Amino acid sequence: MSLRRRLNGSRRSPLAATIVIAAGLLFSGGGFAVATSVVEANVALPYTEDQIAEGKKLFLSNCASCHGLNSEGTEAGPSLIGVGAASVDFQVGTGRMPGQASGPQLAKKPVQFTDEQIELMAAYVASLAPGPAIPEAKYLEATGDATHGGELFRINCAMCHNAVGAGGALTEGKYAPVLKGVSAKHVYEAMVTGPQNMPVFNDSNLTPTDKQDIITYLAYVDANESAGGYALASLGPVAEGLFIWIFGLGGIIAITVWLAAKSN
Amino acid sequence: MAGKDLERGKEAEGFEHQFETGLAVIPQDKISDPGLEPHRVRMTDKSPKHAKNAERQVAALFVLSVVGSFFALWAYVAFPITDDLSTVRANNLWLGLGMTLSLLGIGIGAVHWAKTLMPDFEVSEPRHQTRGSEDVRAAAVEIVKLADQESGFSRRKLIRRTMYGALALFPLPALVVFGDLGPVVGDSLRHTMWKKGTRLTKDPTGIPIKASDVTLGSVFHVIPEGLAEMHEHKLEEKAKAAVLLVRLNQEDLIEDEDKKSWSYDGIVAYSKICTHVGCPVALYEQHTHHLLCPCHQSTFDVTEHCKVVFGPAARPLPQLPISVDAEGYLIAQSDFLEPVGPSFWER
Repeated sequence: MSLRRRLNGSRRSPLAATIVIAAGLLFSGGGFAVATSVVEANVALPYTEDQIAEGKKLFLSNCASCHGLNSEGTEAGPSLIGVGAASVDFQVGTGRMPGQASGPQLAKKPVQFTDEQIELMAAYVASLAPGPAIPEAKYLEATGDATHGGELFRINCAMCHNAVGAGGALTEGKYAPVLKGVSAKHVYEAMVTGPQNMPVFNDSNLTPTDKQDIITYLAYVDANESAGGYALASLGPVAEGLFIWIFGLGGIIAITVWLAAKSN
Repeated sequence: MAGKDLERGKEAEGFEHQFETGLAVIPQDKISDPGLEPHRVRMTDKSPKHAKNAERQVAALFVLSVVGSFFALWAYVAFPITDDLSTVRANNLWLGLGMTLSLLGIGIGAVHWAKTLMPDFEVSEPRHQTRGSEDVRAAAVEIVKLADQESGFSRRKLIRRTMYGALALFPLPALVVFGDLGPVVGDSLRHTMWKKGTRLTKDPTGIPIKASDVTLGSVFHVIPEGLAEMHEHKLEEKAKAAVLLVRLNQEDLIEDEDKKSWSYDGIVAYSKICTHVGCPVALYEQHTHHLLCPCHQSTFDVTEHCKVVFGPAARPLPQLPISVDAEGYLIAQSDFLEPVGPSFWER
């Protein structure tokens, strides 16, 4: 009889459906909560309220004239909501910000703030909305695969930054800067934030390990001289052509003149 | 004086009647033979001391060459090329310098020797007539006639005609074989690996790309699914199928009505091969949305179907129509609808 009762839908407790739905919601919602808390744990700010408040003060006195009192952006500067701590660390840490003058591109210059001040400003900007965080130290060590990094660099970076990171020209006065001597942290941050006209290379395009390989490649290029002799700033055919046209052809002309001249 | 002027006047009149001078400079007299320069005696001929000096200089240059040879030998041993690639630099530099000294010493020494110590006198050698003398020409005709007579070339028609036939046909096998030397181009310039449903994958790993991976301002360097695993003709296929994937704000895109369906949620894919001479166009500026070709500075506007805004390229970059599959991966709707790369005959 118990079997019949179970099979018979009309005799099911009226609460059954509610219980099933509740259980389902609890399970999926709980799962979702677990999942999102994992994600949030990554995004969770490593900054205290005090740091954020101090950072806001620095921001208001140094940045707000262009980026707006609430970082919403003005005609003079873009919104900073969602750009993340990595952007601040890169822009201020390389001296590009605060900008000296408007122009096609803001250049690297002596850093205007202490590391501590930069961290406070990064804390404030990171508190506005989630964005790329300052990279973990383990991805900044040049201990990755330089060969793989070199291949990735040639595919993704070399067209603008030159095959060995010697930099290059873009349109209308813009340029891709030289990468020699740029710290691993700033290279990483540039990839995740895409400063100025550089595109963004997010973690699904180049994984953190890929980025570490690229950093390793750049460190290798920095540490090892060109095997092919004097690199002439690694600028390629223009510099090499100029050299050989002046000194190579000049030498040939000098020898020809000497050959044909009468001896004294 | 007066008589001469009169003559000149007549001459000028004569010219005027013969032809229209216009702005041309009419040479009044032909170039006269300047003759040989007067001979100048060299210092080494005048003073034995200078001659002795020159002799020593030549000998010193030859000794320099000897030193260079030994130096090159020593450098080759002293700077070996090992597994470390950077050792190539020192090896090439010092070995090359030694060999340069060795060869340059001999060359400069020999020229210096000839210029300072070998006999110094001018020689004038007039050019002989190009036309042979009558005797030589008659002898040549005799030889041809004799050969014709002895071989029977004119007499034996059968031999002559079969020989013409043989000579005319013998290049044929070579022509047929040469025709097979390379692959026939056929319509391979009009097609790439992309076809309906091919997933867009990352270069060089071949990992498929989800639409959600492509965040705003991102650039992906894309190859068709399956290319990363290819072994034969991989580079030929890559050279045609390479694609650049960019995501813009949907409102920044200015799309033609008939091409609206070619993009997906602000994600657009364009051939990376420049329509000028085929360099990879990949210098993307995030804020101007300009794509710059590094070879000749052709600039394409990604917001408007990659139309040319600067430079020598004549056509926009071909767009790859894209979509997403059920799993959210980006796929091609079809192959490119026009040939990629530089213009070619009858395209």
